[in-house]
Amino acid sequence: MSEKRELNLPLGPTPEKMQAAYAAADQMPGEFMHVQMGPQHPATHGVLRVEIETDGEMILKGTPHIGYLHRCFEKVAENITWPQIVPFTDRLDYCSSMNNNLGWSLACEKLFGIEVSERVQTIRVLAAELNRIANHCVALGSYSLDIGAWTPFLLLFQEREHILDLFEELCGGRLLLNYIWIGGLSHDIPDGWLKKVRDFTEYMKPKVPELNQLLSYNKIFTERLANVAVIPADVCLQYGVTGPNLRGAGVKWDLRKSEPYSGYETYDFDIPVGTGEMGQVGDAFDRYMVRVHEIEQSLRIIEQAAGRLEKMPGDDVQAAIPRTFAKVPAGEIYFRTEQPKGELGFYIVSNGKSKPQRVKCRAPSFSNLCVLSKVAPGLLIADMVALIGSIDIVLGDVDR
Amino acid sequence: MNLFHQIPLEIRWVVYVVAMIVFVSLFALFAIWLERKVAAWAQDRMGPMETGGFHGWSQTIADMIKLLLKEDIIPDAADRGLFKLAPYIVFTSSFAAFAVLPFAANLIGSDLNIGIYYIVAVSSLVVISIIMAGWASNNKWSLYGGMRAASQMISYEIPVALSLLVPILLVGSLSMQDLVKVQAGGFWNWTIFGNALGRGSILQLPFTIVAFIIYFWASLAEVNRVPFDLPEGESEIIGFHVEYSAMRFGMFFFAEFANMFLVSGVAVALFLGGWHAPFPFLEVSAETSLIWCNVIGTFWFIGKALILVFIQMWLRWTLPRLRVDQLMHVCWKVFLPFSFANVLIVSLLVVIS
Repeated sequence: MSEKRELNLPLGPTPEKMQAAYAAADQMPGEFMHVQMGPQHPATHGVLRVEIETDGEMILKGTPHIGYLHRCFEKVAENITWPQIVPFTDRLDYCSSMNNNLGWSLACEKLFGIEVSERVQTIRVLAAELNRIANHCVALGSYSLDIGAWTPFLLLFQEREHILDLFEELCGGRLLLNYIWIGGLSHDIPDGWLKKVRDFTEYMKPKVPELNQLLSYNKIFTERLANVAVIPADVCLQYGVTGPNLRGAGVKWDLRKSEPYSGYETYDFDIPVGTGEMGQVGDAFDRYMVRVHEIEQSLRIIEQAAGRLEKMPGDDVQAAIPRTFAKVPAGEIYFRTEQPKGELGFYIVSNGKSKPQRVKCRAPSFSNLCVLSKVAPGLLIADMVALIGSIDIVLGDVDR
Repeated sequence: MNLFHQIPLEIRWVVYVVAMIVFVSLFALFAIWLERKVAAWAQDRMGPMETGGFHGWSQTIADMIKLLLKEDIIPDAADRGLFKLAPYIVFTSSFAAFAVLPFAANLIGSDLNIGIYYIVAVSSLVVISIIMAGWASNNKWSLYGGMRAASQMISYEIPVALSLLVPILLVGSLSMQDLVKVQAGGFWNWTIFGNALGRGSILQLPFTIVAFIIYFWASLAEVNRVPFDLPEGESEIIGFHVEYSAMRFGMFFFAEFANMFLVSGVAVALFLGGWHAPFPFLEVSAETSLIWCNVIGTFWFIGKALILVFIQMWLRWTLPRLRVDQLMHVCWKVFLPFSFANVLIVSLLVVIS
């Protein structure tokens, strides 16, 4: 067996080496260490199990196994009424409930032909972008924890806390919000809330450079991420990777710009893309940095939305909600929105009854996770942790 | 002096061993509390505040009682003998090194003429127990931890030993007390600042500073502290002690903090003047009062060591973790050549002067 052991791969995954690693693991069953990474593992962000074949610390093959958090969202949705599904979308990606609510509500509104007022749209954009910042705070914070830095995790959760306080005042919920309803909102914005949003943006703006100073450009941190787990643009497109992961690969694709909804076309913001700042385009550092820049862009959108709302006269945010959902137009629709983790699409078939006939949820984390087995060969175990963290999965979203 | 020498040697040793066990235990309890407070300070929060009243001072005592009362679980598939033995070896090896740590002019367990050599030898036993723990747990993750510890700690012993050679060259002795005594008379005489009283000249000033920096960083890797905490790596492989519970885990924890003090103590003794005060007027000579000389000396020694311990904790809550290949790169391609060149230049300077 000794001659078979000649597997001296240099560190860092090149396509040829990845191929070689794959072949080696397949041809020599039992020759390598077979390790179950998860479902109880601190770096898998939940109950993900990755089956890995390793040669020492080097991963030859990594297969993700999912389903430990399956809640039958799609089947449940067939048995409850249209507005009752909104709280279930909260639980898909529980770090960005607002964006899930928005995706479901917009899909249903388009199917039913409901038009909401401009003020409601603006509040929705404001709330969704606040939640995008909260989601990225979790993503970046838990990522720093994966890399071994404890402190940024807690500091970022502190910033997120301010957003959760804003949400609590807005709708009573902190994590699971159920705020954006089909045709409107659950509550109007409270008095003085916009002032607090303004205070938050002023508070948050200097925090991003602080984060960069503390973590992003830390020498150890950049060394850990640069050139690690590169996902090139073509692989992203093959596997349906979307969101910050796709933009990290240098593809300028953001549904808020390319297929605008809720009046996103009227806001002035940029799409940050990966530039290969520290290594190759599409490495873990690019994916990380895209999220940092997206926080800045979301703050810009929030300021614009808050400015508009301050000038707008108040109206009834529930005006466009139908009196009953007992009879709805029949038909089918696929509608997608840019959720913080990527493209969240709902394919809905309605047969005109009070419950949908079929719902398919195209969850961003699920598609993003699929690329793991492609990228894993040739990584070290520590890089694997960096990879899982950098594609930012939430297992509630993967399993649904 | 007479007081000490009238007591039989055996009794002195017993007293010293008991005193050291008490000291190490108290230090570990205090350091765990301090670590939590430093973490809280870095992370903008309060840390333990409830237990005991003043800033949660008895929190670690409560935790220790909890660990003692918890069920001790040994996995079925584990190698029971080795599994049970490993925590004792790790604690013994770090505790044994305290025997030659010079706390004050007369407060030293045994002033061996090969004191520093003894410390390097004994403290490297830690690696055996960590491999033992990783292997005996019969868990692949703890095995990873054990293998990481083996490669890391053995690699980093070399820069540690080489940078320790610099003060030894300047003094010409391996005895801990000789190494400290030559640094008397103010901080400008400390080895880190060139050691004017020892052999050589002020020309070696930059090299002694480099030696201290290399020693401090490499010793972080020796005791598995961030950024070199790969054997633990709680977000990657959870560590060599993943299968340990109750007080067996507590022993590893204890030993980690004892080791922190040990490497800081060695750094203080060899580079930072040992039990000498930064200014001569802050010391009491043995002729004036034997007791006060030792009390003040102990104060300075522990104080300086605590500052280094604090820096270790500060780093832990600030820095991310290196990857395993980067760790080896830093050791073999950065620390090792620099410390070799350092030893070479310092020995040349000593010969010339």
